[in-house]
Amino acid sequence: MEKLIEHLYAVMKSVSGFIYPNEVELHWGFLVVIYPYLTGLVAGAFILASLVKVFKVKALQPTYRLSLLTALAFLIVAPLPLLAHLGHPERSIEIFFTPHFKSAMAMFGFVYAWYLMAVLLLEIYFEYRATLVVQGNSSRGLKKLAYRLMTLWSTDLSEKALNLDRKAVYFVTLLGIPSAFLLHGYVGFIFGSIKANPWWSSVLMPVVFLFSAIVSGIALVLIIYMIKSMYRWRPIDMKCLDRLADFLLYALIVDFSLEFLDFIHRLYQSEESIGILAHMIEDRLFVSLIIVQLLLGTLIPLVSLIIMKLKPLPDELRKLIFFLSAVLIQAGIFSTRWNVVVGGQLFSKSYRGLTIYKMELSGIEGLFMGLFLLVLPLVILWILTRFLPAWSDEPALNTPKG
Amino acid sequence: MSDCKQRGDRRKFLETCLKLGITASAAPFLAPIEKLRASKLSRVDEEALTHQYGMGINVKACIGCGRCVVACKEENEVPKEPFFFRTWVEKYTLLVNGETIVSSPNGGSEGFQSDISEGEILRSFFVPKLCNHCKNPPCVQVCPVGATFTTPDGVVLVDKDYCIGCRYCIQACPYGARYLNPITKTADKCTFCYHRLSKGLLPACVEVCPTQARIFGDTKLRSSRLTRFFRFNEIQVLKPDLNTEPQVFYARLDGTVR
Repeated sequence: MEKLIEHLYAVMKSVSGFIYPNEVELHWGFLVVIYPYLTGLVAGAFILASLVKVFKVKALQPTYRLSLLTALAFLIVAPLPLLAHLGHPERSIEIFFTPHFKSAMAMFGFVYAWYLMAVLLLEIYFEYRATLVVQGNSSRGLKKLAYRLMTLWSTDLSEKALNLDRKAVYFVTLLGIPSAFLLHGYVGFIFGSIKANPWWSSVLMPVVFLFSAIVSGIALVLIIYMIKSMYRWRPIDMKCLDRLADFLLYALIVDFSLEFLDFIHRLYQSEESIGILAHMIEDRLFVSLIIVQLLLGTLIPLVSLIIMKLKPLPDELRKLIFFLSAVLIQAGIFSTRWNVVVGGQLFSKSYRGLTIYKMELSGIEGLFMGLFLLVLPLVILWILTRFLPAWSDEPALNTPKG
Repeated sequence: MSDCKQRGDRRKFLETCLKLGITASAAPFLAPIEKLRASKLSRVDEEALTHQYGMGINVKACIGCGRCVVACKEENEVPKEPFFFRTWVEKYTLLVNGETIVSSPNGGSEGFQSDISEGEILRSFFVPKLCNHCKNPPCVQVCPVGATFTTPDGVVLVDKDYCIGCRYCIQACPYGARYLNPITKTADKCTFCYHRLSKGLLPACVEVCPTQARIFGDTKLRSSRLTRFFRFNEIQVLKPDLNTEPQVFYARLDGTVR
């Protein structure tokens, strides 16, 4: 407690104007920024996977399994920042047992469980069943048991069974698209439905969250695909990369348009809060919103991807530009989450003053914990790919044909 | 026409049969719960339902002494540091140049000092603030586990043994009336001193106010002090556009107050 009080005294020195006394403590910090960032990556990666199975974009096939596993790895970590942030994490199970149905947040457990159990695990099961059966056949002892357990002892490799797997994958993906929309749209709703906060309260919030999620998910899979291909000494499939960049561009255009609409709408309506919000952008969010989110994270990648589309450069240069654009987009989307979550708490609800967010290095809400939670999904992804091959060119692990 | 009527009657009859069937089959399970409710809870609830507590604040009467803030902290064991308040007092200073300066040093608990010269001041006044115990409370709406709730007599409370500390309610309160108690790690706020109300006492802040700027009462009771306060004053609430239906009512409230 002493540490908190010391921290709050330090924050109080940087308050400008008048804020309500209870507003000195900023309640949702770095960890709550990470939560929508991670769920966005999950939803985006899944939507990318659905492009292959439902919309039959064959060029993206090399990234299909990678997208699924990426979605799973990030989904496993997604609730951890929330859990770590709670005052009483040991009571969190009450969200499942005694949910308050009028609360948007109470639905978290159900939306999460639905997405994990009914969508991702099911799709991965049907996609990998045949591969796991083959793996199990050539293994022994505990390893064999593990593979059998993952197939739930369903070892039929007949054409009929494989057909059923394919059909199941199709239907689960079909179900997964609205579920992915629900997952991240819901996260946007948690913020968008707070009428007390003019920075959050917007009907566009769930839609903006959704499209920024798609942007971030595609960009992440593109980055992992490129790094992993280099690391495996395999050539990058340029057809696949070009299509990834295409979809990244389309999603980015929609995302940018929606955010621009939101901005124009606020400016034009010019409600009571506009003064303090404008002051906040100039004074507290200039770097994270104007420089990182808008300029580096949106405009530069947008222009680069458009130029690549209109006048393709040689492969090597194109790869570099796609990679850099995707990295910038990641930084931009992370900033978007930061600006929403932290930005929404930097101004007083009295509309008369601004506070600051001082992030600590150590501690449960600190920088190191946040970085750990950002790296953890990548470690989980690496472990997942040990058991579930992500590449269709790994011959021994390939799904048998018929 | 008569066909339609007959069909409607038949549907109604079937609906009634279905309802009767469900009730009859559920009765053995519900009976013990109902019995418990009837014997213990509902007597308290029924009595409570006859009240709707609220507070009136006469802005003109407040002298900004801050005794209410101190009394509240002591009565409710609110941490002494200047970041946690169940109630606080704001000073509004309207300057001749049209500017408004608001301050609440340490929640107003130590009174107010001003370094603005008198010539610059148009007028100034004090506004006590606390949880508005809204009839349509956004904090209750958003609580994921139902740890914050409205009592039958209209007081919004937090169950500190149930709150998970997610702080969504703090974000949802438009008045900045909630904080996270650093000791219990749960959301905390004004309770209208519910523990005192149940003994027939007044909230601590009302009790100690030397100018009777705070008036506590029952809006359902025609003879209450609060009803009298309504009769003789023009009443306003904070942020009425948010449709939270506050139960803290202000008399002589200036339009600049948020």
